Amino acid sequence: MNQLLPLFVVIPLSATFLIMIFGRFFRDFNKYFASCVLLFLVVLSFYSLINLNGGLSLYKVGGWQPVNKIPIGIYMMMDGFNSLIVCIINLVGFLAVFYSISYIKRYTAENYFYALFCLLIGGMNGVVLSGDLFNIFVFLEISVISSYALVAFGVEKNELEASFKYQVLGGLASFLILFGIGFIYWKTKTLNIADIRAAFSNGYDKKYYLFVQLLILSGFGLKAAIIPFHAWLPDAHSSAPSPISAMLSGVFIKAVGIYVIIRLFFNMFVISEEMAILITTLGTLSMVIGVFLAIGQWDIKRLLAYHSISQMGYVVMSVGIGMILVSRGLKPEVASLAITGGIYHLINHAAFKGLLFLNAGAIEYTLGTRNLKEMGGLAKVMPVTSATSFIASMSISGIPPFNGFFSKLIIIIAAVMARFYLLAALAVIVSIITLASFLKFQRYAFYNKPANPERPEVKEVPFPMVFSMIVLSILCLLLSLLVIPSVREAVLAPAVDILTDPLKYSTFILGQ
Amino acid sequence: MKGMTIIVKKTAQLIAGMIFMYGIYVIVHGHLTPGGGFAGGVIMAGSLILVILSHGTDFFKLVKEEMGTTIVESVATICVILIAAAGFLFGTKVFFNNFLPKGTVGELVSAGVLPLYNIFVGIEVAASIFIIFLSLIIFKEESPK
Repeated sequence: MNQLLPLFVVIPLSATFLIMIFGRFFRDFNKYFASCVLLFLVVLSFYSLINLNGGLSLYKVGGWQPVNKIPIGIYMMMDGFNSLIVCIINLVGFLAVFYSISYIKRYTAENYFYALFCLLIGGMNGVVLSGDLFNIFVFLEISVISSYALVAFGVEKNELEASFKYQVLGGLASFLILFGIGFIYWKTKTLNIADIRAAFSNGYDKKYYLFVQLLILSGFGLKAAIIPFHAWLPDAHSSAPSPISAMLSGVFIKAVGIYVIIRLFFNMFVISEEMAILITTLGTLSMVIGVFLAIGQWDIKRLLAYHSISQMGYVVMSVGIGMILVSRGLKPEVASLAITGGIYHLINHAAFKGLLFLNAGAIEYTLGTRNLKEMGGLAKVMPVTSATSFIASMSISGIPPFNGFFSKLIIIIAAVMARFYLLAALAVIVSIITLASFLKFQRYAFYNKPANPERPEVKEVPFPMVFSMIVLSILCLLLSLLVIPSVREAVLAPAVDILTDPLKYSTFILGQ
Repeated sequence: MKGMTIIVKKTAQLIAGMIFMYGIYVIVHGHLTPGGGFAGGVIMAGSLILVILSHGTDFFKLVKEEMGTTIVESVATICVILIAAAGFLFGTKVFFNNFLPKGTVGELVSAGVLPLYNIFVGIEVAASIFIIFLSLIIFKEESPK
């Protein structure tokens, strides 16, 4: 039993309320305290990842032991897959909060910003670590409600409209998820993911089962903004303050959307071929349509938000290919290669999309505009922003030696080996269009002549913002190392094992 | 915000205290009877809201009130987290461990730490519902006519 697991939820939750109390009396308490808390969580998450060493670890909250091998308490669970996600959440969270030290000065009510930020982190950690379906829902609501407030943080007309739209669709998603959980509980009489799996393995009504799967997929698909459910994402991600956009796009849609879909469809439901094909189709649609919606945008943050949809499409498509192969019982090595590619791209996307949103925030901070047509000539005056955003752009478009190249390469190789030639070709074409749209971003923002010649003198952003951007750009290079077989075996293989061997998860938990 | 007539004010004064007491009753019997922290907290907030609705207060007093209530709310939440974390120190050393003696079933002081959770959750809920009400009034007073 790993004693550290509840700390991932307890520490950010208590930090939230400490900030609410002491932030009122001591000036500058909030920013330094929030940074220290997040730094500690980063250390803790990497320590847990190393300590876990590819195994599984379980925590029974309140010490409630199972009765007749039926789990009755709340379980928290850490395995190779979600330990990676926890590391991403806390690392990107720390960099975003450090970045906010200078960025958020433009807004009033800094206290609420840092408090809500810690709440968001606590909620996401809870969703990812929970081994219990209803707790996933509770923590999901904690993080989603704080993200509604953070999206509306500017309280101007656009922000409020985006937040309202997000709330309506988010509320619909929560309703679908709760409905699905209710149906599962009705049939199986349990909420523990491993126990539900055991109940489903004993046989089920096929139509009922399909209905529940569709409810869960559409609910979490709304949170993950897969294409037919994507309407809220561009507005919400572009009108939030930039560190929050980096969090939402880099981490949030993965932790509460993609992660939960992957976890539930591999480890809770028995994988069926029709659902696997549906998930792959949705992923492919997001990948293709997202990039076409992105290329015409002139608002940088909207452009980046549409690219998030497209890049998440890669992840979902790749994991979906793995699911199809697992359900058919064919070519297990190719299935695990496809899932490796998906998870690898998910990690990489957190690094480069977080960085791109921080760059967009830096440009907005100095120029006060998000329109690409009003920028230009920033390469000379903002060298760090320019260099880091170049790295991130090359990384997202899949240019070697940056991390995006290797993960896309693995996805394409897996698609070819699984004989999905059309999907492989689409992945290549989408990557080329992504490159085109990021060259447009680079040219208009950094290399053209200034759109407004009488622009006042601009200079590089302050240290905390520069620091976060540099760390993330180094990460973009370092993550390429994951492609080396020995490193991949140590980091990505445990995550893939727990997914490709569906019974490992439930037998471990029920055996405790 | 203006108050109402003397009849309403006097009735509210008489009833508010009793409603508040009933809220406390529901909270402390949370582990024995239906109800508990959340239900009792809502009842307590109801009595506070009743007083403000009938008497009315001026804007500056409301803002001050809001600040105090926020602090009460945060302190109560931290207390809940602290009690839960105190489980790390006793017995099986797990989070949310019920470390106090359980007592006999049916008595007021029994069930270990459950009554403590109920009390702090009650304070938290009362404060937060009261804050929602105050924020709505403050928002209305601040917005241009």
